[in-house]
Amino acid sequence: MFEFVVGSPLNIVLILGAVLVAAALLIWVERRVLGFLNERLGPNRVGPWGIAQSLADVGKLITKEDWVPPFADKLPFIVAPIIVPVVMLLSFAVIPIAPGVGIMDLNIGLLWVLAMAGLGSYSAMLGGLASNNKFSLLGGLRAAGQMISYEVFMGISILGIVILSDSFNLREIVEAQHKHGWFVFPQFIGFIVFVIAGLAETKRWPFDLAEGESEIISGFNTEYSGMKFGLFFVGEYIGMLLLSALIPVLFFGGWYAPFGLELPNAIISGIFWMCAKTGCWIFFFILVRAALVRPRYDQLMNYGWLVMLPLSLLNLLVTGAVVLAQGN
Amino acid sequence: MINFLCKQLYIIWSQLVTLWLVFTHIFKKADTVEYPDQMPYMFPRWRGRIILSRDPDGEERCVACNLCAVACPVDCIALQKTEDENGRWYPEFFRINFSRCIMCGFCEEACPTHAIQLTPDFEMAEYVRQDMVWEKEDMLISGTGKYHDYNFYKIAGKAIGGKGKGEARNELPPIDRRSLLP
Amino acid sequence: MNLLFYIAAVVSVLSTLIAITRVNVTHALLYFILSLISLATIFYTIGAHFAAVLEVIVYAGAIMVMYVFVAMMLNLGHATIDQERAWLKPTIWIGPSLMAAPLLAALVFVLLKDTSAAEMGHTVTAAKQVGIALFGPYVLAVELASMLLLAGLVGAYHLARK
Repeated sequence: MFEFVVGSPLNIVLILGAVLVAAALLIWVERRVLGFLNERLGPNRVGPWGIAQSLADVGKLITKEDWVPPFADKLPFIVAPIIVPVVMLLSFAVIPIAPGVGIMDLNIGLLWVLAMAGLGSYSAMLGGLASNNKFSLLGGLRAAGQMISYEVFMGISILGIVILSDSFNLREIVEAQHKHGWFVFPQFIGFIVFVIAGLAETKRWPFDLAEGESEIISGFNTEYSGMKFGLFFVGEYIGMLLLSALIPVLFFGGWYAPFGLELPNAIISGIFWMCAKTGCWIFFFILVRAALVRPRYDQLMNYGWLVMLPLSLLNLLVTGAVVLAQGN
Repeated sequence: MINFLCKQLYIIWSQLVTLWLVFTHIFKKADTVEYPDQMPYMFPRWRGRIILSRDPDGEERCVACNLCAVACPVDCIALQKTEDENGRWYPEFFRINFSRCIMCGFCEEACPTHAIQLTPDFEMAEYVRQDMVWEKEDMLISGTGKYHDYNFYKIAGKAIGGKGKGEARNELPPIDRRSLLP
Repeated sequence: MNLLFYIAAVVSVLSTLIAITRVNVTHALLYFILSLISLATIFYTIGAHFAAVLEVIVYAGAIMVMYVFVAMMLNLGHATIDQERAWLKPTIWIGPSLMAAPLLAALVFVLLKDTSAAEMGHTVTAAKQVGIALFGPYVLAVELASMLLLAGLVGAYHLARK
C-alpha cells in the first residue's frame, strides 16, 4: 500500500491530475445540470451521457487560430490568461483533502488562498486593459472593482474562523472543527458573507458582471479566442472547484464525516467525504447560476459596502468578544 | 430602519424561494426532442422540399407554363419549355435554387397541373453551396404526390398523341361549324 | 533556500529597474507586480512567512490592482507613451540618479560593513508572534495607524456620498 504523506510526489501528481480532470469534467457537469434545471438535456452526444464533451471542446479550442488582435497590447494580452489557472492551481496546493493527502501543509494556508485570489484578479483586469477594446475595458474595470471589494469581505469573514480555531493552517481548522463541531453554526454570518464574496471573487453567476454577455459582449475576454480563451474558461472552473472545496474545509468539517458515518479506512473516508461535500457545493453554485439574476453594478457595490462589510465586521467583533470572554 | 430591514429580509426570502423553485425543476421531465434519434411527426401539408410529380400514367405533369417561376417571390425557379413529338409540353430543364427558396409554397398554389408540390421533408443541408441548386432529375418523383387521380391532359382540350380533340373527360366532340347552319 | 533567495533578489532588482524604465504604464505595472512578488519570495526565504503573504495580499493583490484600475480609467494612448518617452531622456533622469548615487553608496557601505549576517530560514516568524508584537510593544503605532485609516475611511465616505 502507498504511504500518504503531505507533499510527496505521488500526492502532488494525483491531486494535480484529479483537479485538472475534475475542472474539465466540471464544464460538462455544469452544462448538463444546468440543462436539467432548465428542463433540457444538455450536451449528451460525445461519449456516454456526453461525458467527453470537454475533450471535444478542448480539441476545438486548440485547433482554432491563436489570434492576437493587432491593436492589442501584446505582452499583457498573452500574460493575462495564463495567470488565472496558475494562481488557482497554486491555491489548491493548501487545500487539505484527507489526513496525509494534500500538497502543502502551510502554516499560513488561509492567507495563501487569499493572496492567490488577490493575484487572480489581474487576469481579468490585464485582459480587459490589453485588449484595447471598449467592452473589454468596461469588463476589466468591473472585474477590478468587484474583486477588490469582495476580497475585503472575504478576508474579514474568515477571520472569525481563525479566531475560533486559533490558526491559519487549514488542517488545524479542520481538526478544530472535529473537536468543536462545524463552524457554520457559530459563524453563520461569516459563512453567508464568505459564500457570497466567494461567488463574486470567482466572477461566477450571478456576479458575472465582468463578463455580462447581455451588456458588454463577453467583457474582459471579448477579444480572446482559441486556447487563450480556454485558459480563462478552465481557470474559472478551477476557481469554482477551489471555492467548493474551501467552503467544506472552513465551515463543514473538511474530511471528517458528518453524523459518524466514517468509512473503514481513514484516508478513503476522508477523500470520499471531502469529494461529497465539494460536490454538494458545486451543485449549489450551478443552482445559483440557473436561478438568480445578475444585479446591476451599483447594486453590487452598494450591497458589498453597505451590507456585507458591516455584517462581516460585526461578526468578527462578536466572535472576538465571545472568545475573549470564554478565555477569561 | 425596520422598514429597510423588512425589505432586505423579503429580498433574501424571495431569492431563496427562487432557488427552491428552480431546484424542483430538476425532477421534471425534459422537454427536449432528441431530433435525429427521435424524428418529429411532420404534417402532410408541411411546406418542405419541392418535388415534381407525374400523372397517374407516369408522364411528367409539368407543362412548363412558367406560372410557378412568376409566382416565386425570390425568383429561385428557372425552366425552359419544350415539346415532344406528340405535342405534349414539358420542361427542357427545371432548376430550383434551394439556397434562395423560402418554402413559401406559392409555386404549388400557382401550378395549374399539380406538378410542383411541397413535401414534409426538410433535411436539405449541404456542405457545398452549388449542391443547393437542384435540377429536374433531382426533383422528379415517379409517383403522383398529393393528388392521385389528377391528369391534366385527360381534362384539358389540347390534342396530344393518342388523344384527339374532344376526347377529354367532360368534353363534347368538336363541332363542325359548317354543319351548324340552321 | 539560499539559491531561491538569490534568484528572487536578482529578479526583484531587474524587474524594478525595468519597471522604472518602461514607457508603457501597463508594462511598468506588470514588472512592478513581479518585483513585489519576488520581494514576497525573499521574505518567505528569510522566514517571515506572514509578511510574505501580506506583501502579496496587500501590495500585489490590492494596491497594485488600484494602480492598474487607475491606469484603465486614464484612457492612456500612444500620445502618453510618446510623452513618457520624452520624459525619460538622459538629461532628465541624470539629476535624480546623481542624487540617488550617494544613497546607494551609503547602503552598499553599510551592507559591507555589517558582517554579522544571520543565517537564513532558521527562525520562522509565525503569525501569532507578529500579532503579539503588534499589540504588545508596538500597540501605539497600531493605534495611530488605525486612527489614520479611520480618518481615511470617513473622508472616503464623505466624498462618495455626493
